[in-house]
Amino acid sequence: MIMNSYLFLTVAAALFSIGLAIVLLKRHVIVVLMGIELMLNAANINLAVFSQYDPNRIQGQMLALFVMVVAAAESAVALAIVLQVYRHYKTVQLDELNELRF
Amino acid sequence: MIQLTFYGFAALTLGGALAVLLTRNVMYAAFFLLLTLLGVAGLFVLASADFLAVAQIMIYVGGVLVLVIFGVMLTHKPDTKTNADSQQPNRVPSLNRLSNSWVVTVLVASGIFVTLYSLLSRSSFVLLQQPIGWESTVTRVGMQLMTEYLVPFELVGILLLAALVGATHLAGRKTAD
Repeated sequence: MIMNSYLFLTVAAALFSIGLAIVLLKRHVIVVLMGIELMLNAANINLAVFSQYDPNRIQGQMLALFVMVVAAAESAVALAIVLQVYRHYKTVQLDELNELRF
Repeated sequence: MIQLTFYGFAALTLGGALAVLLTRNVMYAAFFLLLTLLGVAGLFVLASADFLAVAQIMIYVGGVLVLVIFGVMLTHKPDTKTNADSQQPNRVPSLNRLSNSWVVTVLVASGIFVTLYSLLSRSSFVLLQQPIGWESTVTRVGMQLMTEYLVPFELVGILLLAALVGATHLAGRKTAD
């Protein structure tokens, strides 16, 4: 019935690596945000897996819940900023955003 | 059977993430992100975190992903003459730099993965040798939220309210100037 926890941890490690590759490689702001979400999800998987062994206080799951809420707040603010950046620069490619002057 | 389910969800998660990495279309990336988030929700269920799985589906798929798709559509620029002949002289150096960044990124990411994997395969956590069983954690999460985590719960509610109000203010058009 119960899976081996190491498999979960391996999947989470792979997900984190892919998210990191997306953040490093992609040029589009929104895809970079997606990579950050993937890394947060990988951390959440780890928290949930270790929280199985703490069935009374489930601290891992609570922390994962708070991580989710903060990630939602972060992506809302980030997309609002991306929208303003697009209105000003007419592009959202990170390589082309090289001016600080407004 | 449970193994098969686990491998299915793991393949969904990793395949979706790889597709986000490999696709060039931002809209397709958003839809592949949907697959990844659903796979992660399935993994949560298998890790006996059913409340977390439902919260994942509601927050990420229902909130964050809709926001992301709105962002993609609002910042979408139709493919204009960017690939036309005017950019032709810059083509070779930019291509060269692109492949360089691919190599470096793949090296960094796979290096981190190999490091983590070798650490995991050589470690033996004392905690992970305890016997566990699958049980629903919904009641436990509710009790914890109202007792031990009451203050962080309220704080994170205020944080979310402030962030959303700030986001609407940021995204609105400036009328003064």
